[in-house]
Amino acid sequence: MAVVETRGLTKVFARGQVGAVLGVDLLSREGEFLVLLGPSGSGKTTLLRMIAGLEEPTSGEIRIGGVVVNALSPRERRIAMVFQSYALYPHLTVLGNIVFPLKAQGMPASEREKKAQWASGLLGIGHLLGRKPRELSGGERQRVALARAIVREPSVFLLDEPLSNLDAKLRASAREEIEQFQKKIGTTTIYVTHDQIEAMAMGDRIAVMNHGKVRQIGTPSEVYDDPADTFVATFLGSPPMNLVEIDGAVVGFRPEHLRPAGSAPSGGPSMSLRFRLGHEEYLGSERILYGTLGGGRFEGQKAVARLPSTHGRRLAPDEVAEFEISMRDLKFFDRASGTRSSPVPLS
Amino acid sequence: MSPGSPRWLGPVMLLPAIVYVIGLVGVPFVLSFFYALGDVKVGSVGWHFVGLANFRSVLENPTFRHALSNSFVFTISSQILVLVGANVLALTLKDAFRGRRFLRFLILLPWVAPVSIGSIGWKWILDSLYSVINWVLVRLHLVKPLDVPMWLGQPTLAMISVILVHTWHIMPFATVILLAGWTAIPKDIPEAAAVDGAGYFRTLFQITLPMLLPIVNVALLFGIIFTFTDMTVVYILTRGGPYDTTQVLPSLAFFTGILGSDLAEGAAISLFLVPLLAAVAWLMLRTARRAEVT
Repeated sequence: MAVVETRGLTKVFARGQVGAVLGVDLLSREGEFLVLLGPSGSGKTTLLRMIAGLEEPTSGEIRIGGVVVNALSPRERRIAMVFQSYALYPHLTVLGNIVFPLKAQGMPASEREKKAQWASGLLGIGHLLGRKPRELSGGERQRVALARAIVREPSVFLLDEPLSNLDAKLRASAREEIEQFQKKIGTTTIYVTHDQIEAMAMGDRIAVMNHGKVRQIGTPSEVYDDPADTFVATFLGSPPMNLVEIDGAVVGFRPEHLRPAGSAPSGGPSMSLRFRLGHEEYLGSERILYGTLGGGRFEGQKAVARLPSTHGRRLAPDEVAEFEISMRDLKFFDRASGTRSSPVPLS
Repeated sequence: MSPGSPRWLGPVMLLPAIVYVIGLVGVPFVLSFFYALGDVKVGSVGWHFVGLANFRSVLENPTFRHALSNSFVFTISSQILVLVGANVLALTLKDAFRGRRFLRFLILLPWVAPVSIGSIGWKWILDSLYSVINWVLVRLHLVKPLDVPMWLGQPTLAMISVILVHTWHIMPFATVILLAGWTAIPKDIPEAAAVDGAGYFRTLFQITLPMLLPIVNVALLFGIIFTFTDMTVVYILTRGGPYDTTQVLPSLAFFTGILGSDLAEGAAISLFLVPLLAAVAWLMLRTARRAEVT
């Protein structure tokens, strides 16, 4: 097991900056599940590939377990990686795939067999060992890829969007499984995804990336409740945080924090405003209300509210109702830089 | 077929291909069976069934037996060279580098240039008097000016020359096939192998080459058929000489049947490898189909 650290890690490409990484400082914790989250082209996969040794950094340093590994080949870094496509060897059986890393290590056959049994048992694919990858379902392939990755007990585990090839239903259960599995083996894991639900559900910490930079790193609740800038605020959450511009400052609040008057949890001061409903989306367990704010400094600003379906009376289109927001749920951002700033008076 | 198009359109469109295959492949093929089982000579009239007499006669001919073994030597050694060489070339050309397009063009050139022109070029390169190879060897003091190798005049050297020139000629085709195969292997696979701890040769021999095998088979089987049935290089470089030592079956069939006017024996010679080639062709189709599936 080991800690992964990058210092000023940079990768620029000759053709454009899509996927570039610009001076990333990252420090994982021992045994942690760290998620790199960002939109496509944000550089998260490039960062992961540099840690794996598949991409050479333009500048900066990568340390695994305190040792600078820039000059080491992937095999010398003792990392394991699961690819988005799983990259199973199509001509080898499941067993052949799983023991391949062990063969490369020169492990004797009897020991290989034992390890393969252990890894396939852990992932529940013991009955598939004789099959070829093309005879497996997506979920089974993903387990084989995981088994191949853990079989030699790597010091770091890298996963590049391993769930994106699964259908939605399978994805939820696979998410749960990977998380449990990581807790069981306790290996430091870096997980790349563009899916915020995956990131929130699985990550011990999330590093939110955009345009090659880490915008914020923190626990799921830190990045969700206390976004460091407007990018993080709007990238996380669905629908994203409402951002309202008031006198040079940007005020943000989550849709679920904009509630009909009287339904907010008591305690702490709150602010009242009017909400005129434009249209509504019914999502089963909740309703998303799109409308316009009224009253005071918020007059005429568009906002989204999210209410549980169980909540009281439904509004008719164009109906105006009294809403409120707890003052502590308001986040303030600097208009120019987008970063967090101190609260400005609203009344 | 869409409802508006006339019923006869499909068959009519296919007709030229069918006429072509029947006229230029089917008829001569059937004709050569008749020739091989009869006593036809150029200028003779009539046809008398002689059974397998022609086959017996060619089998007793030492030149034929020599040509038969030459055909195998020629095919097997050139295919080995082609496979190794084409794989090396394909591996080199697979990755992007400056001038790759130009190099690809150069490598493809022997294939697109008419084989006769290429072979004539080689005939001069290997000529007993004007050989540039010998000129270079002499200048480098590797051989004495009066004791230069006779590339096409000594039986072993002549066979080697024929094999090398043929290899030069068909290597581009195999390279293109293998290049397509290499490009079709997803980049993730060798990367996964690298992360799994495999070095270059382990990845090559245990992962990528086995994945490439169906494509290699296609290239190999095509190469075997091209080589077994080709006589151009032999005909232009050595005319089967010296003393018929570089004769292969197709060239011997041509010399016997066309130039020697013994159509029956020529046909017997050229039909000799049909069962073998049919087996190769069947294998080829099977492999090609399997390569499609996976």
